[in-house]
Amino acid sequence: MIPPQEIGPPKSSSQSPRSPSGAPFLSISVTDPVKLGNGVQAYISYRVITKTNLPEFQGPEKIVIRRYSDFVWLHDKLADKYKGIFIPPLPEKSAVEKFRFSAEFIEMRRQALDIFVNRIASHPELKQSEDLKTFLEEDEEAMERIRSFETGIFKKPADLLQMFKDVQTKVTDVVLGKEKPVEETDPEYEKLKHYIFGLEDHLTETQKQAVRLVKRHRELGQSLSEFGKAIKLLGACEGDSLGKVFAELGSKSELLSIKLQKEAHNLLMNFEEPLKDYVRCVQSIKDSFSHRANAFRLHCELTETTKLKEINLEKLNLMRSDKTREAEIEYRELKAESEEATRRFETIIKRMNEEIVRFQEQKTAEMGLAFHLFAKGQAKLANDIADAWRSVLTKIEAYSLSSGHD
Amino acid sequence: MMGPEIASGFDSPPEREEMESLALSDASASAYRSAMSSIPASISASSDGDPLLAPPPTLHFPISSSASGHGGNPATSTASSFLDPPSYADVVFSPFDSHNGHGGCGSGADNGSLLRSDSSPRSARAAKSDYIKISVSNPHKEQETANSLVPGGGTYFTYLITTRMRAGFAANGDGESEPVEFGVRRRFRDVVTLSDRLAEAYRGFFIPPRPDKSVVESQVLQKNEFVEQRRSALEKYLWRLAEHPVIGKSDEFRVFLQAKGKLPLPTTTDVASRMLDGAVRLPKQLFGEGAAAQVVPQEVVQPAKGGRDLLRIFKELKQAVTNEWGGVKPLLVEEDKEFLEKKEKMQDLEQQLSSASQQAEVLVNAQQSIGETMGEIGLAFIKLTKFETEEAVYSSQRIRAADTKNVATAAVKASRLYRELNAQTVKHLDTLHEHLGLMLAVNSAFSERTSALLTVQTLMSDLATLNTRVDKLEAASSKIFGGDRSRLHKIEELRETIRVTEDAKGCAIREYERIKENNRNELNRLDQERKDDFLSMLKGFVINQVAYSEKLANVWATVAEDTSNYVRGNS
Repeated sequence: MIPPQEIGPPKSSSQSPRSPSGAPFLSISVTDPVKLGNGVQAYISYRVITKTNLPEFQGPEKIVIRRYSDFVWLHDKLADKYKGIFIPPLPEKSAVEKFRFSAEFIEMRRQALDIFVNRIASHPELKQSEDLKTFLEEDEEAMERIRSFETGIFKKPADLLQMFKDVQTKVTDVVLGKEKPVEETDPEYEKLKHYIFGLEDHLTETQKQAVRLVKRHRELGQSLSEFGKAIKLLGACEGDSLGKVFAELGSKSELLSIKLQKEAHNLLMNFEEPLKDYVRCVQSIKDSFSHRANAFRLHCELTETTKLKEINLEKLNLMRSDKTREAEIEYRELKAESEEATRRFETIIKRMNEEIVRFQEQKTAEMGLAFHLFAKGQAKLANDIADAWRSVLTKIEAYSLSSGHD
Repeated sequence: MMGPEIASGFDSPPEREEMESLALSDASASAYRSAMSSIPASISASSDGDPLLAPPPTLHFPISSSASGHGGNPATSTASSFLDPPSYADVVFSPFDSHNGHGGCGSGADNGSLLRSDSSPRSARAAKSDYIKISVSNPHKEQETANSLVPGGGTYFTYLITTRMRAGFAANGDGESEPVEFGVRRRFRDVVTLSDRLAEAYRGFFIPPRPDKSVVESQVLQKNEFVEQRRSALEKYLWRLAEHPVIGKSDEFRVFLQAKGKLPLPTTTDVASRMLDGAVRLPKQLFGEGAAAQVVPQEVVQPAKGGRDLLRIFKELKQAVTNEWGGVKPLLVEEDKEFLEKKEKMQDLEQQLSSASQQAEVLVNAQQSIGETMGEIGLAFIKLTKFETEEAVYSSQRIRAADTKNVATAAVKASRLYRELNAQTVKHLDTLHEHLGLMLAVNSAFSERTSALLTVQTLMSDLATLNTRVDKLEAASSKIFGGDRSRLHKIEELRETIRVTEDAKGCAIREYERIKENNRNELNRLDQERKDDFLSMLKGFVINQVAYSEKLANVWATVAEDTSNYVRGNS
């Protein structure tokens, strides 16, 4: 498990927070996946335990039951309200039916959800969101109501307006014959975009190989198991002392098979998953790119429209038309909107600049740990293998001596 | 037998050139091949999957590498810095390498290892051979001169067979102290001839099986591959013959290796003329005409051959059926309980060997795959490192790039270690395939015994019939006063036949006993050899695993150590 770095003690489902009393902490665990419901409707529910001493929360400890779609709700709310911030990514939505309830998949998801929530809780802005509090504290029925109200076709008016504006912008572009949507030309931003897209490619490839490595471990384990069995049977043909050596080799082979399966699991959770998570984080950054692009377009649009309106107003002023009053009101409204749009855009830029620094640092720490666990696991596996075979070697040498060989 | 024929013959330069020009396209075989090269650093450069392991320019690597142009120049140069100095691998492995001299990697490697003093059982046996080294090389295409059965075709390959004998066995008998070396050209048909003559002369022995004729493969495989495969198989075969304590000293074998020009062994007459011959003889035999009708006593020392001995085949078949269904116990049965038990044990062994051999192959493939994937990961990380370094804006990125590089280096090292491990594993576990192949020889030897017994039984049955007829005739003729000329004449003829048949029976029994003795000796020999080989195999396999696992552990432990700072502050 790779917990994010921030205030507070390392979160853990079973340990109590280690920070000295008085220092603010917010620690969350996602635990105890339980399968509920039947057939097609079946789903997994998780226990979300919040431990905190922050006054904003209801109490020192709160336990709620949440399901995957609740996490999705939280994610989407934050994505909507905190544009420019790289919202922590969720594990993938659906899997092939067969695996949806496999122990491995559930554990991977649980771990990913745990990381998700804790990243939010340690983000300086996100942790203050009302939606987080709702998520952590509302009882199950309330949560369900909130969730079903807000997802699907039920959208808040503000969202509708934004959607409309986005569509409007696109339509305008088409109408005005602008084939290429307006885009920023900031070279540093260009560099960042280029970096992120390139990074995604490299990471995806690496993650793919990691998946393969897991599979290879399993296959090697499987083959050692079969080999061990066959060797034992062959040894039975040889009989007595030599047969015993065969049997020993066969047994160790089977033992190592188990160790390999274990390491495969370890690789999956502590090496492949972090890489996958890395990819998801990068994709979350790409989402921010879209938001920034939209915000930019809107800002440009409104700025331009406002200018036009201003010019128009001046014209009307000069002509002393009775439409002036109306136009002035319109102008002021538009100007406010434009300023709002510009402000939003600039917020996104500011956030992104801070986020990227944070992202890089976070990733260095997380990948560093992942590398460490990977190397440690491989080293341990290799040592276990060496130990197992060494013990067989002793038996072989003993047999050699006793039977006058070599 | 192992799927891909493992290439061999690294020791003599001409062979190596052959290897290069007849490059095997089989990736796994080429991985094995390169892994078994004499260069201790053992870079396996021939696999397309890891361009990172392309040999750096400083090291001379004779085998043409197919390292794809990944274009990662930093990658290649970093690869060279990853190489362990040659002494490292040497230090750990030279004592073990000598044990690895045997196995199905081809007698080329075997021959080479015999030049050092080894303690592996295989090389100990080889040291008792009259021969020091046999190599097969230089395949040469020739045109069929006489009419060939294959219309429009008529090309075949000859191979140069170079032999080095131990001192004192030189044909010229000059008592020279240096070993004698000579070479002849042979074609595959000659090998078949040799194999057939040995089978006749050494009934009951466990004669190493010769390479297949494999007509199908010669069509399916590329010409180069096929020729190379055959060359390698021939070498292995000849060397196994040389190692056999009895056959290795045989004249047939010596003649094959030494006699220049046409092979002076009687060829197995092709089926058509045999059939013809047999068809001509049969009526004579049936009508009892003179000499053709007589069973030639000496012939019974050979099993009835298709085509030629039709009558005998019919009789023996009839006898076999009688044995099975007749309800009458034949006059001589296989009484040796020990033999029957042994036979069962052999069958059981064959089954287990087959299964173990299969699983060994699966294991080897799995080890191969994991090494390849580890290499792919290393490569992916190298690319990532490069990318991150190029685009780095923040110091955290540079740190991460350095960490990633660490892991990449380790992964590449690990990949190489897996491949080396696997090359050695292949050598050791090949013992399983070898001994599985020998089961063929065992089965042949046992069936020779059965067939010899059948011959005896048939003759005894014949005798019984003949004697009955004589008795009947005598009884009938004694009733006629003064004797019955024709009957008496007939009785004389029959008595003559009985005499000859008795002789034949004598021969057959002696032959049967001889084969039994051969079986017994060979079984003992094989049992001992198998025990020795298996012990060596297990030991080598395990030592290998230990050595490489230790190396792998070291590689990863270093990385774990270097990244341990990331653990601080976390649970």
